[in-house]
Order: sequence, then C-alpha cells, then structure tokens
Amino acid sequence: MEAIAFYIFAILITGLFLVTAYSRNILYAMSSLAAGMVLISGLFFILGADFLGAVQLVVYSGAIMALYAFGMMFFDATRDVKEKNSSKYLVFLLSGFSAVMLVVIFAAPTIGSHIEPIVTASKGLDNPHAIGAVLFTKYLIPFEVAAVMLLVAMIAGIVLASKKMDESLSEIYLDADPETEKKEQK
Amino acid sequence: MTIGLTHYLVLSAILFSVGLAGVLRRKNLLMLFFATEIMLNATNVAFAAISVHLGDLSGQMFALFIIAVAASEVAVGLGLLILIYKKYGTLDLDNLSIMKG
Repeated sequence: MEAIAFYIFAILITGLFLVTAYSRNILYAMSSLAAGMVLISGLFFILGADFLGAVQLVVYSGAIMALYAFGMMFFDATRDVKEKNSSKYLVFLLSGFSAVMLVVIFAAPTIGSHIEPIVTASKGLDNPHAIGAVLFTKYLIPFEVAAVMLLVAMIAGIVLASKKMDESLSEIYLDADPETEKKEQK
Repeated sequence: MTIGLTHYLVLSAILFSVGLAGVLRRKNLLMLFFATEIMLNATNVAFAAISVHLGDLSGQMFALFIIAVAASEVAVGLGLLILIYKKYGTLDLDNLSIMKG
C-alpha cells in the first residue's frame, strides 16, 4: 500500500516539476509547481512526518504560491517566454553529476554502523508534539533567529515592492509593451 | 516490496537534478525562482526521509528552517523582481547583463 502511494506520488511529482522546469508559459509552470508542492506534502505524510507535511501545505502551497500569484500580476504572464539555450548536454551532465553527489552526501552517514540519533522523540508523543517539544527546547534560538529573518524579509518585501507603486506601475507597464497599450485604448 | 530510505533519496536526487537543470537552462528570472523552489523541496524530502529513517528529529527541524528561509527568500526576491521589471521592462537574463567587461 505504501509502495503504491509512494510510486504514484513520485511519478506525479517528477512529471509536474518537469513541466515547471521546461514549460514556456509562466502560468503553467506556476500551477504545476503548486500541484507538485501539494503532492510533496503527501510524501511527508507517508513518511510519518505529519507536522512537516502540514507546514509544507500551509507555507509552500499556501503562502509562497500565493505570493508568486500576486507577483505575477506585475508581469506579463500570458505571453510565452522566449529563451535561447546554448549547451544542452552540459546542463544534463552537470545536473546529473550533482544529483549523484547529493545521494552520496546524504547516504554516506547512514552507511556507517556506529551512527546514533542525537535528538530523539520522547516515547508516547506523536509527531507534532515531539516536533514542538524539540523545537522549543533544543532549537529555540534558531527558531527565534528564523522569526527575525522573516520579519526582515517582510519589511524588505514591503519596501521593495511598494516604492512609488501608485505612479510608476501603470506607466512602465505600458511603456514596456506598446501592443497592450493599443488594445487598452480600443 | 517495502519503500526504504533509498527510494526517497533517489527521488530526491531526481527532483534536485530537475531543479538544477531548470536553473541552468532558464533565462527568465521568475522561472529561475521556480527552479530553485524545486531544488529546496528536493532537499526537504531527503532531510525528512533521513530523519524518519534514523529516528532523529533534527532532519525535520532542518526542513522546517529551510521552508522558513524559502519563504523569506521569495518575499525579498519577488520585491526585487518587481523592481527589475519596472526598471527594464523585462525579466530576461540576457537583456539584464549591463556590465560589459
């Protein structure tokens, strides 16, 4: 049962992310990315990392994709993206090599026999409780630092995006694309 | 056939290589951001699988902090993208290379 679910999720996620990486339309790329994020949370639920799956759903497919959707209002999303690519084989070679390196890096510690978990979950706690217990004891300072980082990012986003938003947005959008200007005048 | 750690690691590697191929071949900045999200998600899968396999919660903590970093990266990055689009009218990387050496 687990195997069936894993393979379905794996194939769907890979296909959707391939669409994201190779589609020419920004809208298709973003939709498939959002669907892939939702399916990755399914992968976390299979693993038993319930809290991580919920966070993935809320933060990634909720907040980040909503942010992208808002950001796309500023760009011309319906037009196909034209990209010229020079060396295809180099791309595949480099990415495949890095993937092998990733497997080696992550799998190397698990091969060793004398490996022991440092932060274990207490007995009798389910996953979200155990995560909370560890997060607010051992990882409290990184948690606070992450909170400050999110605050800084929020302020930076507000300052960057809202600078002279009222006057310059429409003008520059029309300057960039004269055809839409004509259409809107009609 | 049971699903072990290897399956998740291989899936993570496949997803990471998809994301990296996207980063290397994309010329549009917004699409580049999408590809980095794919790579972050791939490492999250690897972290969660290792964490569950070892019975150690540190991996899931790292995945949580990666998600937090990704959220702030998107917030700042989209602000910068909007500024770039306002200034140059395009997100294409080839048109943005204004430093001629």
